[in-house]
Amino acid sequence: MADDRILCLEKLRVETIAGRVLVDDVDVELKRGEILGLIGESGAGKSTIGLASMAYARAGMRITGGTITLAGTELRASTALYRRHTRGKSIAYIAQSAAASFNPGMTLMDQVCEAPVVHGVMGRAEAEVYAKKLFRTLQLPNPDTIGDRYPHQVSGGQLQRVMAAMAMSCRPDVIVLDEPTTALDVTTQIEVLALLRDLIAEFGTAGLYITHDLAVVAQIAHRIMVLRHGKTIECGDTVQILEHPRTDYCRALVNERRDAEHLTLSVPDRAAPPILRVRDVTAGYGTAAAARNAVAVVKNASFDLAKGETLAIVGESGSGKSTMARIVTGLLPRWSGDIELAGKSLPPALGRRPNDILRRLQMVHQMPDTALNPRQTLAQIIGRPVALFFGRGRAEVRARVLELLRLVGLPEEFADRKPGQLSGGQKQRVCIARALAAEPEVIICDEPTSALDPLVAEEVLKLLKGLQDRLGLAYVFITHDLGTVRRIAHRTAVMLKGEIIAQGPTEQIFSPPYHPYTEKLILSVPEMHTTWLDEILQKRGGAAGLVAGAAERPAEVTPAARAAAADAGAVAETERMAAREVLGEGRGAAGLEALQTEVRNLKGMMEI
Amino acid sequence: MTIFGHKAPLTAVVGLAIILLNLLVALAGPYLAPYGETQVVGGGWDPASAAAWFGTDQIGRDMFTRLVYGARMTIGIAFVTTILSFAIGITLGLVAAVAGRWVDALISRAVDVVLSIPLLIWALMILNVLGQSLFSLVFTIGCLDSTRVFRLARALGLNLVSLDFVEVARMRGEGLWWVISREILPNAAAPLMSEFGLRFCFNFLFIAALSFLGLGVPLPYADWGGMVKDNVGGISFGLPAALYPAAAIALLTVGINLVVDWFLSIDARPSGAQAEM
Repeated sequence: MADDRILCLEKLRVETIAGRVLVDDVDVELKRGEILGLIGESGAGKSTIGLASMAYARAGMRITGGTITLAGTELRASTALYRRHTRGKSIAYIAQSAAASFNPGMTLMDQVCEAPVVHGVMGRAEAEVYAKKLFRTLQLPNPDTIGDRYPHQVSGGQLQRVMAAMAMSCRPDVIVLDEPTTALDVTTQIEVLALLRDLIAEFGTAGLYITHDLAVVAQIAHRIMVLRHGKTIECGDTVQILEHPRTDYCRALVNERRDAEHLTLSVPDRAAPPILRVRDVTAGYGTAAAARNAVAVVKNASFDLAKGETLAIVGESGSGKSTMARIVTGLLPRWSGDIELAGKSLPPALGRRPNDILRRLQMVHQMPDTALNPRQTLAQIIGRPVALFFGRGRAEVRARVLELLRLVGLPEEFADRKPGQLSGGQKQRVCIARALAAEPEVIICDEPTSALDPLVAEEVLKLLKGLQDRLGLAYVFITHDLGTVRRIAHRTAVMLKGEIIAQGPTEQIFSPPYHPYTEKLILSVPEMHTTWLDEILQKRGGAAGLVAGAAERPAEVTPAARAAAADAGAVAETERMAAREVLGEGRGAAGLEALQTEVRNLKGMMEI
Repeated sequence: MTIFGHKAPLTAVVGLAIILLNLLVALAGPYLAPYGETQVVGGGWDPASAAAWFGTDQIGRDMFTRLVYGARMTIGIAFVTTILSFAIGITLGLVAAVAGRWVDALISRAVDVVLSIPLLIWALMILNVLGQSLFSLVFTIGCLDSTRVFRLARALGLNLVSLDFVEVARMRGEGLWWVISREILPNAAAPLMSEFGLRFCFNFLFIAALSFLGLGVPLPYADWGGMVKDNVGGISFGLPAALYPAAAIALLTVGINLVVDWFLSIDARPSGAQAEM
């Protein structure tokens, strides 16, 4: 073992073909069996670095400088054929969106076996046996038959695990994980996170873990590197970054995350009359006439919203929280129940609502990119509601637009820009300005911060809160992020499968006694210390981990892991060592036997 | 070379040059042509000479003069036809995409009925009924061709109508016309522009085909398709007369397609960008 470093990027530089620098002189070092977390906001160049470590650059980008050394070979200097054989075999990639990364026309087994067969690591039959073993390791249901399914037939969390199996199918030295849990629900995220961690530990693979969530990376990485605008800001041990960040930027990141763990608002004492009342509303897709066959997405939901108050609606994807927003705004007509705005009942369908009601009830969407017409200037976008609802003249509209821009913290010069020239946070401010232009009483915010970077999202939340204090707005705030709820909501409603299962002042929802589902949600949000995942798994009964002993993750890379990665022939030896460790921890003879069978299988495979 | 702020490859420049040349000939026709459109200047199928550069046609009219006047007629009709078909197709397509399920089903099925019979057969039928005139020709082809434009506009509209900014406009209580003209059309303009070039070509070939069948531009006007038909008999005697208008058709078609290819590539990705393998 001459060199401990498996992957080494030196003075890496990536530019777009137009010459804009995306990654600027970044050095990354990865030891065998070590996991390095890459943290940064969007545009920080983390995914670009992840891909560049395979000597790959997306269309429109070029690697223009530096060296990429994988297991002693410089990839940029080697041939395209060599690089092609390296990818998938020695270094593998797990993408953020599993759903978009699978070929919908091939079975999962075909896709998992593709790499080992193409790279000549295994024959098709052995690859299938090995894939099934991986499926079992990753705790996929029916590991023997799940490979026959197509990508759309399994859930998002399962698909992400199959992708992990795909990446591991050639036993790579290095695995690049590009936000593998970001697209998943919090409760699924834990399972995938735990399995990924154990998988990496078991195989002694080195990992590059890319994410924007400090708390997630705290659970899995040995070291963390913080990036911004393509430059390294800080690099150090996980504990050091979390406890004693050296730079201001890191401190801001860490503090932002910690703030989310505390409550900031309490219900106002004064009992303001509700401005929005929702009573026993049921709705789904399809008309009420066809309701016998259609499934209701929201069932018997009721809540009140007082003037100047924020009600958060929390839930996982598929819980019906976004549908709730569509019902209130009338985009989806309700089947039954009643919605009142300031004491007057609203017609179910959007087309029947008078202009005045449309004006008083505004909405801010999740994706500012699609919520703004790219062909209109900000003045047109913000000015239209002013002209439409208040019938003002051209000069008056212009003056109002500038006033609104100032109100949401944007410079007046932006009035003649188009959305494409703005950043994500700025676009969301424009959306808020457009909602304010109608001078509404209630704004429905459908995950307005979930598409934004944490620090930018915090600014937007502050803006919303400030506007509420000044203008007395009431918000229905739909989100899946409990940290956001803690910071902005006076009251909280928790949704599960279309029903509101708990609601009340936020304080009360977040303190015991919890509803069991609320508790599960709360416990699923990663916290900012390195032992959180293990604690949670223990609470859950340790069901998710394969190697239960991996819970005590050594701060240093285990010698076994190093040995495993260093020499393919030593893999079996490692398995045996792992088995012994497991036995030592009293996992029982059954576990040992299973492991030894695996060892035998593996040995057999190698001889073939 | 840069055109409209976009880098144009050599093929696009060549295509633009061909189109400009054709437009120039079409506009300046009467000044360029040495003889009158229907003037007989020699015998049938005279070979090329200094007086008649491309020889004469089957009844002795100057081929070059006919080609110049033909450019005017053919390009002019194709242009008007394409504009008509886009006006109809885009309006119906976007209304179908925005207005709701029933309207969509009604228009779409009607279009399916039209498309279920080959357009050439439709055109022959309608033109036989309406009689041969420039107006009926433009009207017939415009209406028939709008079914193809309808398909594209509706597909583009359906993609755009599900975007949040259209939803915002609807929640603001905007009418159908505002949603179509302000929110959707500007965002569908780029693909529709390139489709315009392609449909222009097809219309142009369609008119040529109809003229070849004797139902196109009425006599004695010159148009390229009709000229091919009139002179095709000469080919069996080894006379090249039919090839000149045929070559003119081919040249303009190639030129337009070169430019359209470039249009389509502008939106796709920065030019010259490929993943670095």
